[in-house]
Amino acid sequence: MAQLVFFSSRSGNTANFVSRLGVDALRIPISPDEPMPAPDQPYVLITPTFADGEGRGAVPRQVIRFLNDPGRRALIRGVISAGNRNFGKFFAASGDVIARKCGVPLLCRFELAGTDHDIARIRDGLHRFWRETCLTTA
Amino acid sequence: MKDAMNTARAVPAAVNWNRLQDDKDLEIWNRLTANFWLPEKVPLSNDIQSWSQLTEAEQKLTIRVFTGLTLLDTIQNTVGAPALMPDALTPHEEAVLSNISFMEAVHARSYSSVFSTLCQTSEVDEAFRWSSENEQLQAKSRLILDEYDSTGHPLKKKIASVFLESFLFYSGFYLPMHWSSRARLTNTADLIRLIIRDEAIHGYYIGYKFQRGLEKLTESERAELKDFAFSLLFDLYEIEGKYTETLYDPVGLTEDVKTFLHYNANKALQNLGYEALFPAEACKVSPAILAALSPNSDENHDFFSGSGSSYVIGKAVATEDEDWDF
Ligand SMILES: Cc1cc2nc3c(=O)[nH]c(=O)nc-3n(C[C@H](O)[C@H](O)[C@H](O)COP(=O)(O)O)c2cc1C
Ligand SMILES: [Fe+2]
Ligand SMILES: [Fe+2]
Repeated sequence: MAQLVFFSSRSGNTANFVSRLGVDALRIPISPDEPMPAPDQPYVLITPTFADGEGRGAVPRQVIRFLNDPGRRALIRGVISAGNRNFGKFFAASGDVIARKCGVPLLCRFELAGTDHDIARIRDGLHRFWRETCLTTA
Repeated sequence: MKDAMNTARAVPAAVNWNRLQDDKDLEIWNRLTANFWLPEKVPLSNDIQSWSQLTEAEQKLTIRVFTGLTLLDTIQNTVGAPALMPDALTPHEEAVLSNISFMEAVHARSYSSVFSTLCQTSEVDEAFRWSSENEQLQAKSRLILDEYDSTGHPLKKKIASVFLESFLFYSGFYLPMHWSSRARLTNTADLIRLIIRDEAIHGYYIGYKFQRGLEKLTESERAELKDFAFSLLFDLYEIEGKYTETLYDPVGLTEDVKTFLHYNANKALQNLGYEALFPAEACKVSPAILAALSPNSDENHDFFSGSGSSYVIGKAVATEDEDWDF
């Protein structure tokens, strides 16, 4: 079964989203002192956005640390980013940065902890995505 | 009871930013200070021509909406953010609240910059008079101010504050986003977007501190606060509904604004850690307004909702490259 890896800061919106999604997921820890998860199969990454007014710092530090490891990076297949539309053109910009840096598709974006509609469409989208990804890599 | 000894203010501890109890305080401080701006940064005078193309009724509506927003920012500047300070859980939280308070003054001041650039003094004076007499504007302010009372429950103050930051502003913010979606007053919209971004961090931070406070309470206290939050939101929503009708009925936008209110009410609840109140069908904000809020974020960008064949691999965005090893 395909995996999810996610990050969520202490405000916990993304963690709330992932728990409602009801899919097994590995969590990137908030504290740099805790061990990073070690995915052993392809995964989709879900992360919030924390940019400043110029778009700097969109990707949380811990997510950058996670992706800096070539072994972990090799397994990423797609990214889903969270944020808030009130941040204007930098809405969910962490997804754009990661998609470009890692050469994987930005699958979709949602706001805060997501609506029930977001849960349904992302559960569905992930299903289709993994089916297609398995077909093309088989 | 109160003798001079007891009422003497305790000397506060000097704030040490190198000893944090909550990392969020520094994170938010850094973002808020990096985002600092003044209205002079926005070339509002480029909107003079666009302003002259609005009908008289549209101009009047816009000025009134902006005086309503000015009132909310004034309240948050002079009463709301300062009222939260005595309840701060950390000394750094008080410093962040003082930043929030000051930015509210900048927001309130910005509307006057728009007025002095685009409008006649007499029209503006009329609108400020209107705002001081408008029943709904006064009623919602009253509800919020009652919670800000110094004897109020610390977490009820935060609930009221999040509703002001993340819900009450939006009956007003709707209008410049609407104009912007029609290529009207686009510089004014840029200024409003700066305010919207600040309010997003304010609502987030106060909601975050609310949730930290909740963790210390019993199950039944939490349940009571949740009831309080939903009932305050109902009361505010009722007033906002009427406010919206009074302002927007003449231009036929009431239903669209109400949808935007539902959408934002749900987001305000999320800031407090609560589930949505309004169902999805009531929250379908028009794509034009969503695009005005967050330009460059159209949905066909989105692999899951697109055709599935052409996915976007990120467009150029500024990054802090020194953090990345690859
Ligand atoms: C300081 C700060 C900056 C933020 N910057 C952005 C941003 O640039 N774009 C965006 O879409 N959301 C932004 N957000 C919103 C967060 O991404 C959003 O609240 C998210 O749900 C947080 O996830 P978490 O609670 O799982 O940590 C920002 C929030 C904060 C507090
Ligand atoms: Fe404000
Ligand atoms: Fe604010």
